[in-house]
Amino acid sequence: MSDKVIPIRPEPTGAFEYISTKKDELIGWARKFSLFPYPFVTACCAMEFMAVSSTPYDTDRFGAALPRFSPRQSDLLMVVGTINHKQAPILLKVYEQMCEPKWVMAFGACATSGGFYQNYATLLGVDRIVPVDVYIPGCPPRPEMVIDGIMKLQDKIAHERHPILTQRF
Amino acid sequence: MDMRDLRLPNPIKPAFDKPTSDEHVIVNIGPSHPATHGTIQIVAELDGEKIIRTDVHCGYLHRGFEKECESHTWHNLIPYVDRLNYCSALINDFAYCAAVEELMDVEITPRAKYLRTLLAEYSRIADHMTCIAAGLMELGAMTAFLYLVSIRDWIYEHIAQVTGARVTYSYGRIGGLARDLPDGWIERLHWILGQYDDFVGRVHGLVDRNRIFIDRMRDVGVISTADAISYGYTGPMLRSTGAPRDLRKDTPYLAYSELDFEVPVGIKGDNYDRYFVRMREMDESVHMIRQLVDLLAACKGPLNVDDRRCTFPEKEHVYSEIESLINHFKLVMDGPRVPAGEVYVAHEGANGELGFYLVSTGEGTPYKVHVRAPSFVHMGGAHKMLNGYQLADLIPTFGSINMIGGECDR
Amino acid sequence: MGAPVFDRVKSDLGALAEDSAVSHGVLVIGVAPDGVLPLVRALKNRGFDMFLDVTAVDWLGQAARFEVVWHFYSTTDKVRVRVKTRVREEQPEVDSLLSLYGSAAFMERECHEMYGIRFRGNDDLRPLLLYEGFVGHPLRKDYAKEQEQPLVPYREGFQ
Repeated sequence: MSDKVIPIRPEPTGAFEYISTKKDELIGWARKFSLFPYPFVTACCAMEFMAVSSTPYDTDRFGAALPRFSPRQSDLLMVVGTINHKQAPILLKVYEQMCEPKWVMAFGACATSGGFYQNYATLLGVDRIVPVDVYIPGCPPRPEMVIDGIMKLQDKIAHERHPILTQRF
Repeated sequence: MDMRDLRLPNPIKPAFDKPTSDEHVIVNIGPSHPATHGTIQIVAELDGEKIIRTDVHCGYLHRGFEKECESHTWHNLIPYVDRLNYCSALINDFAYCAAVEELMDVEITPRAKYLRTLLAEYSRIADHMTCIAAGLMELGAMTAFLYLVSIRDWIYEHIAQVTGARVTYSYGRIGGLARDLPDGWIERLHWILGQYDDFVGRVHGLVDRNRIFIDRMRDVGVISTADAISYGYTGPMLRSTGAPRDLRKDTPYLAYSELDFEVPVGIKGDNYDRYFVRMREMDESVHMIRQLVDLLAACKGPLNVDDRRCTFPEKEHVYSEIESLINHFKLVMDGPRVPAGEVYVAHEGANGELGFYLVSTGEGTPYKVHVRAPSFVHMGGAHKMLNGYQLADLIPTFGSINMIGGECDR
Repeated sequence: MGAPVFDRVKSDLGALAEDSAVSHGVLVIGVAPDGVLPLVRALKNRGFDMFLDVTAVDWLGQAARFEVVWHFYSTTDKVRVRVKTRVREEQPEVDSLLSLYGSAAFMERECHEMYGIRFRGNDDLRPLLLYEGFVGHPLRKDYAKEQEQPLVPYREGFQ
């Protein structure tokens, strides 16, 4: 018997990959400029969240202006402020109720790592219970930092895979 | 996809879980809700749209402030104190520093006194502005929100020029302040106060005699003076019921005895009165700031008191003299030695009586730091203002209480 | 500043204010745990209409471990009074002021969950700042600061 390997499929031409990449770029472009944040606001970072949503820093320029206070209607969970152990079940419930695709932004030092509240009450970073896509340090972060974070998230979304019909496409 | 057990525990036990009648419904509002400012949960029993009884739950922003303070030096915990009422952080700084100074028997210089008073009033304006802007936005007046937040942003940038930060400053020091005003600060202050008059005039024009605003706020969330005092209300909440109680007039501290200002009071104790009392208090604060600018200009002395127990020595001395080096080292590593004892000092915060109860055992770290937070006490009586009104009235009433999570839950 | 007022208050309270002194502008009255309610009732009749705060101090190692501290304010005389008592660790109980002041409800709940002080007469001592299932009283000196009691299990990679 010969050891010639008979391929099951013909040589791939790359057409599927090309279409899939272009589709991902298109969907990524659409999704990154139409973010609907869910502002899960708890503490002092709320002041900077209000500032970044209004003049002169305006998140509307990035498409992320319209907050949706229902997890069913939003896709970006902005965890703004300290999350403590009492609030953690509520945060997880809201995260689980959001539909795919969804991203999580840890806004501020307390959401990133617990900030300087390292004690019995605080959850030391939101990434202990939900996966976080972008971390914005600062106590509270300047509005420019928040915008930088949103733009980094937009870069991430643009270069992500966006399967819409099947797991591969 | 991780398969953790996702039956999430309920962190609270409501006071009631069965409605008093079959026609009633129990509804949970919050804690992640746009109008509850992030951290309050209200379990309400409703008859249609009317609220029969409520159970208010706070604690969703409890960050262990008191426990945290017990392991930091008297200076190092100033950033924690800032984050109590984060809308007017400088008032918290100065109230805490005043309490420690009382315990150490340190008297601040006149220049520090005037500058602290000026910045406290400036912070009070920012706080009232945030409260009114958020309250109006929740009612639907988005334009007024944008006007007020523009001024608030100028105020933040302006305070950042002197303290270095926009929202939480850590600017107060025991014995004075961190640094003095930069050049050109007062001119910018006059420009901002001019813009304030303009923008707040526009908000008055949009909202004061607006039929919808009056219908939603007049006679809603009423509390009587007797109830208010029984529930420990102070600040604009108590003044809106008609009682002219203000710690700046009753027990003057800082430079308030030298200033000429009025204490605005309301008539009925409803939401409209609270809105108007806060607007008038902002005007009085601007009037006080204008007087303080003149008082500051006339007072050119040192900013920090020359007391080695609490004030850091100048850097040139630290690098050239051994005594200053050791002094600096001791102040940083051990903290200022505060004599054993206890003290309760209360300032008029933006929400009411902000009191600090400090217990010292003579060390450089406190034995206990307790905050008497006005928002926490106000939440204790919130059910009096919510029961009997419509569900939609809960939003403006709650907004007018100005519950700040950092202060309420500490 | 309030010295003549304090003299009048002391003379009005009579025997109830035996152990009292003025410290940093506040009249401090020490009392036995059972004498708190009569003293506060007398204070309220004397014009101290606002109950500001109740908290406790944990003197770990002493026999009377907890020192419960109340603050009151008179809106007419504009002065403050502090009432202090000491309770033992085995029986940390004092009377509740709920019958006199409405603000006692929340403040006693907080003092109970943080220190374990029981207030006789206040039936609603549910946790307020802490959550259901939290074991212990965190502000006691023998509770470690970093000892967390999470409600939600952490993701993989975090212990």
